[in-house]
Order: sequence, then structure tokens, then C-alpha cells
Amino acid sequence: MTAAIIAGILVAALNAYVLLGGADFGGGVWDLLARGPRKAAQRDLVAHAIGPVWEANHVWLILAIVLLFTCFPPAFARLAVTLNLPLTGVLVGIVLRGSAFAFRGYGGDRDVVQRRWGRVFAIASLVTPILLGMALGAIATGNLGEGGSGKGEGFYAGYVGTWLTPFAFAVGLFTLACFALLAAVYLTLEAEDESLRRDFRVRALGAGLAVFVTAGLALWLAGQGAPLMREGLMRSRWALPFQIATGLAAVVALTALWRGRYALARVAAAAQVSLILWGWAVSQFPYLVPPDLTIAAAAAPATTLRLVGIALAAGAVVLIPSLAYLFRVFKGSDQRSAVSHQ
Amino acid sequence: MSDLLAARFQMGMSLAFHIVFAGVGIAMPVLMVVAEWRWHRTRDPVYLDLAKRWARGTAILFAVGAVSGTVLSFELGLLWPGFMRFAGSIIGMPFSLEGFAFFTEAIFLGVYLYGWERVSPRAHRFAGVMVAVSGALSGVFVVIANAWMNAPTGFDLVNGQAVNVRPLAAMANAATLPQVIHMTLAAYAATGFAVAGIHAWLMLRGRSAAFHRHALRIALLVGAPAAILQPFSGHYAAAHVARHQPAKLAAMEALFETRAGAPITLGGWPDMEARRTRFGIEVPYVLSLLAFDDPRATVPGLETVPRADWPNVPLVHWSFQLMVGLGTYMAFVGAWGMWLVRKRSELFARRRFLAVVAIATPMGFLATEGGWMVTELGRQPWVIYGVMRTADAVTPMPGQMFRTGVFALIYVFLAVVVTVLLSRQIVRSPMYTGEFPSPTP
Repeated sequence: MTAAIIAGILVAALNAYVLLGGADFGGGVWDLLARGPRKAAQRDLVAHAIGPVWEANHVWLILAIVLLFTCFPPAFARLAVTLNLPLTGVLVGIVLRGSAFAFRGYGGDRDVVQRRWGRVFAIASLVTPILLGMALGAIATGNLGEGGSGKGEGFYAGYVGTWLTPFAFAVGLFTLACFALLAAVYLTLEAEDESLRRDFRVRALGAGLAVFVTAGLALWLAGQGAPLMREGLMRSRWALPFQIATGLAAVVALTALWRGRYALARVAAAAQVSLILWGWAVSQFPYLVPPDLTIAAAAAPATTLRLVGIALAAGAVVLIPSLAYLFRVFKGSDQRSAVSHQ
Repeated sequence: MSDLLAARFQMGMSLAFHIVFAGVGIAMPVLMVVAEWRWHRTRDPVYLDLAKRWARGTAILFAVGAVSGTVLSFELGLLWPGFMRFAGSIIGMPFSLEGFAFFTEAIFLGVYLYGWERVSPRAHRFAGVMVAVSGALSGVFVVIANAWMNAPTGFDLVNGQAVNVRPLAAMANAATLPQVIHMTLAAYAATGFAVAGIHAWLMLRGRSAAFHRHALRIALLVGAPAAILQPFSGHYAAAHVARHQPAKLAAMEALFETRAGAPITLGGWPDMEARRTRFGIEVPYVLSLLAFDDPRATVPGLETVPRADWPNVPLVHWSFQLMVGLGTYMAFVGAWGMWLVRKRSELFARRRFLAVVAIATPMGFLATEGGWMVTELGRQPWVIYGVMRTADAVTPMPGQMFRTGVFALIYVFLAVVVTVLLSRQIVRSPMYTGEFPSPTP
């Protein structure tokens, strides 16, 4: 029971990472795709929005990893072996993206330098979510089962074939589309200038379409690539309400965007992406790494779980007010005046 | 290069890279907070300028530290899945706590760096204090996890499996206190001296502006006490190693034979074939005295350990000598600086003092690297001392060398970029004009 709760908290941490860190990645995508007469303004807005919060947003991933290796060591060990290559790619992406962002911000005002770091930041922001999505997709395929090194013999079968599948790639694209959607929707609220806001509204609508298309693609490929997950998504008794809610959130998000109700669009888009993540998590319950490693089987001893639970509760007492403070200072309603006075 | 060696090389490289940024992340906020507090008290705009310029440098270093730390949290599994499968439930606890401490640090660093114009001065100072405290705490928690690898406890070993796991006992292992004290002091000493050294160097180059005088004073205030205390904490740590990890101590001192009244050996070439150390200067009785508080005590040599279980003796010995040598120099310079400050003499007019401080700029971090080489290489061939061999922890995936090469390139690249960016910040440092710096972060 404790193990299931902590697994839930792990998904919650991942959820926070997707909503916050994911949007930071999406911001990088919009930096890469910045175009039109307000190209520079679009990039400035992205940098301004990410600047104060990206370090904190990024820690959600570390929290998820730490929870995984503390509370479910065998699952962490197995994923680290079988997904070694895509995770290494994710790391390279995270390193380049984070450093490039800081270097751009503090590296001086010369245009050439700014552009060069901006390019590194943007490309890393594009590639990393795809690899991250492929790693998550690979878990859903059930390819990572048994012996811990995939199915079959040899380097390719063990370390590449498990995640380099059409289905996992579709999940990667889908992840990227979700991140881009979140970023664009958030940025409609961050923009001060009406025309800039409209730029991101168009981008958000485009990303919403991309989410829809890539989700369809992933579901279609799941028939071959991830039968277990598809089974879970179609059959389990949780499936229908989840799918209805997800669809509803998607419709609300797009309608709200269309009508220019950005605050509502933000809530709906965040709900849509969260529901997708939880839908995936619930569909493979009670498995942590399908088809054989369950939450209970991978769980650390009860003492460890209990102590981590206490640490999480105590940590939340410090963390939640601090986070609320951070976001109030930089994302609160009075931020626009503060920015414009600089 | 074997996969094991490539994996060890990558882990060592990642840690050696990260530790510089981690040390800066622990100590730099203290310098910023002191500078800002001095501004609050004196309203001397030089202090505000100083706090802001230090904050800019810290922002770059912290970002690189955060991402290189993320790499490490993944590498624990990507390189050592066997270790994590065994140890995750035992030492995950300090990592979880570190997660929260680091979270707090990142949040308040955001407020500190970007909040100059957004929050009240009091809230801003509070954010700085939170960054300093949580930065120190995250270092402490990570070192606790490492200490457990040297002094594993808090579980029972049954058929190769850890049962009856007690995470709190694991955190309270015998190596925790000596290692935590030694590393925390190292962070303050290394960063304090690096900053002091840079400003001393700029003053030697003729920029004896108020800006650099204030900077030097604050940096020494943080670095010098830590450097003076460090030899004592080092003695405490070595006494612990003598009792718990005799092979590591023997390698540190290149002591092959078990001896009563054992000497310390300065320099020297440990000859692994002949099992003796050539060309070293032996100072008799000192090792026995330092390790066991008795000049006649018997210190076990490497001969008490099977040859297959020896660490790399020359590397451990030389790393240890490097650390002790540089640390001693810093302790003396720190003491000199404190004495000058006490005498209220015009510390900064003394070019000789500025020169010795300037020379010390890289020493603290070199000593820190040496210290980690001692503790990590000295523990080999064990990843968990006496419990699990490093060879049994490594990932089964072949081709480690390729990834090690990729990360080596990335780290070299980042190191070059960071150095260029920071030196540009420093070269641009002001001949102070009295004009307020721009508030942009």
C-alpha cells in the first residue's frame, strides 16, 4: 500500500516536471521556431518566462529519479540498463540546454554569441523531449521485461531495439507536441503585447493539432508496439472516464484558445496533459515496468518507504510555500508592471 | 580500456567536474549574502555592486552545477546498476533529503538572482540566506551517501542481499561526521581562496579600487577560517580512516610494511614490485602519532591486505600529498591574513601578501580534487567497502568507452566556456566610478 502511494507520488513528481519543466522545453521549441516580424520579441518572452524558474522546474525530474532509485531500486537498475542510450541522450540534452541557457543569459550582449547559444538551447530543447518520450514509450511497450536487457541476444536487441520502435518514436513526438502546447498556452498569458499574444495563440492551436495527430499515431501504433498498454487503455474500468475527461480537457483547451480565454486554456491544457500521463500510469498499474515487474515486487523494504514518506511530508512543508512564493513573485498578476519598469 | 575502467573514468570525471561547481554553490551564496548585508549596513554602493557581480558569476556556475549534478543522479544507475539495486533502499534517504535541499536552493536562487527589483530588500536577504543554508545542506546529504560507501552500515547481509534495512543508521555511519566536516570546510576554503586570489591578482595588476579591497576582505573572511580549521578536520578524518580502512591509509602514506612508530613519507615513488617507497623523505613516528595518538603505535601496511585488494597506491599517495601540501599552504596564508586583519594593518598595501593569496587561487579546488581522489581511489576495488566490488556493480552494457568519450568532450567544452565567460566578467570588473550598476540580472 505504502509502495503504491509512493509510486503515485512519483507519478505526481513526473507530472509536475511535465507541466513545468516540460513547458521550459516547449519554450525552447518556440525559440527555435521563432519567426515573423516579432521574432526577437518572441525569443525574449521565452527567455524572460523561463529565467527565474527553470532551475526549480528542473528539480522535479531529480526528485522523480531519486524516488525511483530509493523506493524501487530494481526498477531503476533495470531501466538504467535497458534505456541506457536514450537516457544518456536525455542527459546530454539537459546539460547542453541548461548551460546554453545560462551562457546566453550571462555571456554578454554580442548578437553572434547570443544566437549561437540560443541555437544550442533550442535544438537541445527539441531533441530531449523526443528522447524522454521514447524512453517512457519504451516502458509502455513491455519490451523491458525479464532479464533486464530486453528481448533476445546481442547489443542491438538488448540496448537499442527495445526503444527504437515506431511506437516509442510516436510517443516521443507526442511528448514534444504536449510540451510545445503547454509552453505556447502559458506564453499567451505571459505576453504583454497583444500581437505577441496572438502569435502564441496561433502556435498553441497548431501545437494542439499536433498533440491530436501524434496521439492518434501513437494509439494506432500501440496495437503493434504496445499491446499491453492499449489493452489497459481500452479495457480497464478506469479507462473510459479517463479518456472522456482527457478529450473534454482537450476540447475546452482548444475552444478557450480560439475564443481568447487564455487563463481557462492554461488550466485545460495542463489538465489534458496531466490526464494523459495519469491515464498511462493507471493503464499499467500494478506494473512499474511491464510485463513483469510490479510496484510491490520492486518496492524497497517497508522501513525505507516509511522514512521516505515522512521525508516527503516534511519536505513538502518547506517546498510548497517556497514554490508558491517563487511563482507568486515571478508569475503573479503584478509581474507585468515590474517587467516593464526595468 | 575495459568497460569497467571506462565506467570508472566517466564517474570520476563527472564527479571531479561537478565538485567544483558544487563547492562554489555551497560557499558563493555566503559571500553574496555578506556583501549584501554589508551594503545594508553601510549603504556603500560598492558592496551592492559586489553582491550583484558575484551573483552573475554564481548564476553561471550554479546552472552548470545543476545540470552536471543531474547527470550524476542518472549515472548512478547508467554506470552502476548493480550498486543501486543493492544500495538504493539503504542510502536513497540522504539523496531524497538532498533533493529537497537542492529544490529549496534552486527556488531561492531564482528569487535572489531575478528578484532584486521584485521583492523587498529584507526578503531578498532572506532568499540569500536560504540559498546558503540549503546549499550547505545538499552538500552534507550527498557526502553522507558517500560516507556510507566507506563505512557501510544499517543493514544485514544475508546471501548477498541486504535485509533488515535501517536507513537512519546508514546515514549515521562512522565516516559521516569526519567526511561531512572535511568537505564542507573544503567548499568554503576553496571558494573563498579562489575568489580572494582573483581579486588579489587584479589588485596586483594595479586595480586597488575599493571594489577589490572589499571583495578580498569578504572572501578571506569566509575562506581563511575554513582553511585554518581544515588541517584539524583532516586529522580527524585520517584517524577515522586509520581505524576503519587500513588499506586506504596505507596507500595514502605509501606504507607497504606494517610498522611500529611508522613515519610519514613526503614525496617518493611507491615501487609496487619491490613493495617499498623509493626517494621519499621519511619523518619517523609522525604517522603513528597522527593516526593513533601514540608515536609507537603499530600502523598496518599494505602487506596486511591481499595484493588483489590494493588500491592504486601511487595515485592515492600523490593525491594525498597534493591535498596536504596545498592545504597546509592555505592554512598558513589564512592565518597570516587573519593576523593582518586583527592588527588592522593595511592588509592590502602589502604586495607580498597579495602575491601569496593570488598564487593560492586554484589551490583549494586542486586540493579538493586530490582529497576526492584519495577517498574514491583509496576505497577501490570496493564500491561499498568490504561489501561489494566495483566490478560487480558496473553495467553489463558494452561500449562504455564511447559514452565516456562523449562526456569527456562535453565537460572539456563546458569548462572552457565557463572559464572564458567568468574571466570576461572579471576583466570587466570596475575601476569603481560610483555609478550604480544596471539592475538587470
